[in-house]
Amino acid sequence: MNDTFSGKIWVLDDDIDTDIIIPTEYLALKSVEDMKKYAFSPLRKELAGQIRQGDIIVAGKNFGCGSSREQAPEIIKALGIKCIIAKSFARIFYRNSINNGLLLIENKQLHDDAVEGDIIDVEVNNAVYYNGREYKISSLPQNLVDIIEAGGLVKAMRRRNGLD
Amino acid sequence: MMGMTMAEKIIACAAGVENAKAGDIHTVELDRLMSNDGTTHLTIDMYNNNLKNPHIKDVDKLVWIIDHNIPSDSPKTAASHKKMRDFAKENGIKFYEGEGVCHQVMMENHVCPGELIFGADSHTCAYGALGAFGTGVGCTDYLYAMVTGTSWLLVPETIRFNLTGKLPEGVYARDLILTIIGTIGANGANYKAMEFAGEGLHNLTMSDRISICNLCVEAGAKTALMEVDDVAMEYLREHGREPKAVFTSDVDAVFAQIVDIDLTEIQPIVAKPHFVDNVVPAKECLGIKIDEAFLGSCNNGRIEDLRVGAAIIKGKKVSPEVRFLVVPASRKVYSEALSEGLLDIFIDAGAIVMNPNCSVCWGSCQGVIGENEVLISTGTRNFKGRAGHRDSYVYLASAATVTASAVKGEITTADML
Repeated sequence: MNDTFSGKIWVLDDDIDTDIIIPTEYLALKSVEDMKKYAFSPLRKELAGQIRQGDIIVAGKNFGCGSSREQAPEIIKALGIKCIIAKSFARIFYRNSINNGLLLIENKQLHDDAVEGDIIDVEVNNAVYYNGREYKISSLPQNLVDIIEAGGLVKAMRRRNGLD
Repeated sequence: MMGMTMAEKIIACAAGVENAKAGDIHTVELDRLMSNDGTTHLTIDMYNNNLKNPHIKDVDKLVWIIDHNIPSDSPKTAASHKKMRDFAKENGIKFYEGEGVCHQVMMENHVCPGELIFGADSHTCAYGALGAFGTGVGCTDYLYAMVTGTSWLLVPETIRFNLTGKLPEGVYARDLILTIIGTIGANGANYKAMEFAGEGLHNLTMSDRISICNLCVEAGAKTALMEVDDVAMEYLREHGREPKAVFTSDVDAVFAQIVDIDLTEIQPIVAKPHFVDNVVPAKECLGIKIDEAFLGSCNNGRIEDLRVGAAIIKGKKVSPEVRFLVVPASRKVYSEALSEGLLDIFIDAGAIVMNPNCSVCWGSCQGVIGENEVLISTGTRNFKGRAGHRDSYVYLASAATVTASAVKGEITTADML
């Protein structure tokens, strides 16, 4: 995993649920690529088309609450989001994100200060830097870092077993 | 040695260790693995395409259920169902189709006290009604468990709810759990177990208990657990099963929080759009016009709920402004409702009675609502767009409040009819 990176931020509220991330009616589409343009559509129809590779989502508490649909983190990753920084994450979404190689960072303060469109700097396992201020973040255990770095649990297992 | 909670004991048992405490991570042996047509096709794709040596560790643990989109509503869904059906047949996986909503089918046929169960569905926490640790996972975690028989789990802290008293007449388990979620918030139990005990528990039926545990994920809970008492044991006996183990929390177990709840103080509740914790007394929603009412789902589609609804609507008519959908949670419930004459009552009143499935609770297949429409529902969620159009509105309430509202054409409680 890149230890440091920068990205433009999109700011979302508390309780962004899985039906906001990908509404049920689009789950029947053939692939995540087909679904991703509908991401966040109940909340902000235009958002999926605006997100660029390397952007970062900053959100409030309980991001990803709701269903166990794994398409939710898959789609966010497919949109090019580098990581999500939220006050807290719902647990099923947290596990699904790690398993799909999507980096999640918890921070209680950043969301209150963040202005959409600004650029932030992330130093993984240490801190986020924004507007001259440092926001401390906790470090991830190495086994989870390995999974995220490999691009998800299945890819990490393949790598460990010498298949890739 | 410090005492353990129910959740800690179940995980210790599944991990084959003496002691487990909140915050530990254990590799656990799963007892059962449930998956439905919401995501099983993704699991199958990964199984077929990404594994060097695809195999199922113990096929007897797997239960696959088609419930979300049954009967299929498009060629795409039909293809996804065929993939699941064929795979189950080839591999000898226990398979249900059209038998009911997955969690109801699991409670009727499989869940046993003391078990640790993964379900590829967030409402798997319902199994706590029988003292089993059920938790929702995504399809990657499911695949890993299917191939290895194991997974890893962070032992959760527990919030204990001590129940006393009895729910008043006209107040239901749905009102109780919505009250609790409103109090602790949509992430009030995030990563935690919600445990229910106390003498008030004995006054709750199995149907009540399933309804309460089922909705705990809406407070973020990893699992819900209830002490196994005579009511639970009787249910198990009736369904011809035995416990794996019966655990209770030790008196010196450490809880993150203890909450005392007097059931006599609970009143009819409605969760307003677009969050399950956005609850108010039902009386504050009186007069809100509705377009559709839904009585069903893994939360409130059991025979007890249909009896409540039928008693309210008997001899009355569904409002001409409203579509009233009645969806039994399983074939067993359907059949019981038929022989008790409940379905006749609903049909005579003008309701639309449908086959057991997840229906509009997850916004697919049948009953989806359009722009600016309002639904009152016994479903599990009221998220924005959950039941159809992004600009539609879902209110959650008990079977009684939903049925009464279907008659009136606006939100009302049964005692106001």
